[in-house]
Amino acid sequence: MIRGARLLKAAVFLASLGPAAWLLWAALTGHLSANPLSDVTNETGIWTLRFLCITLSVTPLRRLTGWNAAIRFRRMIGLFAFFYGTLHLLTYVILDRFAGLDFPNGIVAWRTVRDLAVSVGKDVYQRPFITVGFTAFMSMVPLAATSTAGMVRRLGGRNWQLLHRLVYVSATAGVLHYWWQVKADVQRPVAYGIVVALLLVFRVVWARGYFRAAAPKGERVAASNPDRQRWGPGAVEAVKNVEPRKP
Amino acid sequence: MLIKRPPDIRSSEITDKKLYLNRRDFVRTAAGTVVAAATGVLGAEVFLRAAEPAAHGRKLANVKKSPFSTTEKLNTWEEITTYNNYYEFGTDKESPSMLSRNFKTEPWTVAVEGECNKKAVYHLEDILKDQVLEDRIYRHRCVEAWSMVIPWVGFPLGDFIKKCEPTSNAKFVEFTTKYDPVQMPGTRLPPAFGGLHWPYVEGLRMDEAMNPLAILVVGLYGEVLPNQDGAPFRLVVPWKYGFKSIKSIVKIRFVEKQPLNTWQDQAANEYGFYSNVNPDVNHPRWSQATERRIGEFFKRKTLMFNGYGAQVASLYAGMDLKKNY
Repeated sequence: MIRGARLLKAAVFLASLGPAAWLLWAALTGHLSANPLSDVTNETGIWTLRFLCITLSVTPLRRLTGWNAAIRFRRMIGLFAFFYGTLHLLTYVILDRFAGLDFPNGIVAWRTVRDLAVSVGKDVYQRPFITVGFTAFMSMVPLAATSTAGMVRRLGGRNWQLLHRLVYVSATAGVLHYWWQVKADVQRPVAYGIVVALLLVFRVVWARGYFRAAAPKGERVAASNPDRQRWGPGAVEAVKNVEPRKP
Repeated sequence: MLIKRPPDIRSSEITDKKLYLNRRDFVRTAAGTVVAAATGVLGAEVFLRAAEPAAHGRKLANVKKSPFSTTEKLNTWEEITTYNNYYEFGTDKESPSMLSRNFKTEPWTVAVEGECNKKAVYHLEDILKDQVLEDRIYRHRCVEAWSMVIPWVGFPLGDFIKKCEPTSNAKFVEFTTKYDPVQMPGTRLPPAFGGLHWPYVEGLRMDEAMNPLAILVVGLYGEVLPNQDGAPFRLVVPWKYGFKSIKSIVKIRFVEKQPLNTWQDQAANEYGFYSNVNPDVNHPRWSQATERRIGEFFKRKTLMFNGYGAQVASLYAGMDLKKNY
């Protein structure tokens, strides 16, 4: 059983590397378009968004199917979102910003480092779609940094969970970044918007207890346990004792 | 004394069981449809690109050289025929190369309308009959900040306009692209999803249209123009952003008022009527100061009027080009 789970994890890891491997192969063998630099930027961006969506669907999947083992893949998939996000940021910095510099003192010069920093900073400040994209990336950084078991312990489960809600910001900003970037055809950003919205709405709906009757037995017990209620048992009692409002 | 009190909820307000079951069905169907549509769109993009350069076409005979040609390094046939913005055939750069393959360009007619003496529907052969074709190697600058060097084959737009005998009321020329949802899958996208309003329309001021750099194009690299590049008959205005160079023209109309071109109609704050290449006026969402020549790593500085200032700057003397973008 353990062995099977490990194998599955290794398979998911390799599959997650697939897009990066494909992109590298396509770029080296000329299978990208006539503007391969823009393809690399677009593809790494879209895969960041896809991995964010997969990460966000782990919880709904567990709740709806009761397949709790799915949680074991969440950290890895989340870190892959960060991996593709980092590649995306790097391609932007190198292919878009660095390639547009002047190099008055040659390429290998302190001036280049300074000009690159100014160029990125100005762009992030001036262009709204870059600002939201940068926000999406920056809100993934603390999540990647606190992804180890040690960090979960140090922060405490509750704080850790609270911090990791930043992923909602990242996914929303990611969709917005995509949406503001396209010229006319918004079908794809809209589709990602719908997926992210459904995944977030699920959480709200679940918190209000709508799906619980439909959940598998183990889940239902957990949900009806007053210790797991949002306001704790005391709050539940308090609400019960309040006079019903007059119509 | 009346003891019977009315119930809290009148029976007329109770939702019929059938109805609320229907409502659940409706919500379920609606949610299902949304999810299916999203999956469809996302699934479609996973397909590997199958862009294919255009097959080589018929050689055009008796093509003259032109002093307006640049001597810069040409982009390849493959680059020019697989990297196209032609939204009638999809919004991906590669889509036109795949989806325009069976586009019917023969027979082709062009309607000449409006303020002119020679209003008629002309066959393309008849338009070409008395024109001398020229090679025109032009820089092509897209509003998306990439560029190419392209060897077009065509003839001056001005020569054609003179034959139409425009009247003194003709202040602008309006061009229209063919609109055929059956052959052009990109035109089936509803405007709610960001689709353009079809047919595609562009326009030039009369003096711009008469400038010798403005050409009507029928060929590429000495051969018949491939479909994805706007076959069989397109405009090329090299000092303006690429979208001004309208493709697959079926109508030319002389008008008194400035036409509303398609991209201005789509987003007037981003795209204007003039759309001259101008490194000092940025697109609201990106810089126009530099461009990437397809095939190069480092970006180039964008030139005013795309480097054609000597021929066209006088057209805009005294005009505020920041306002008239």
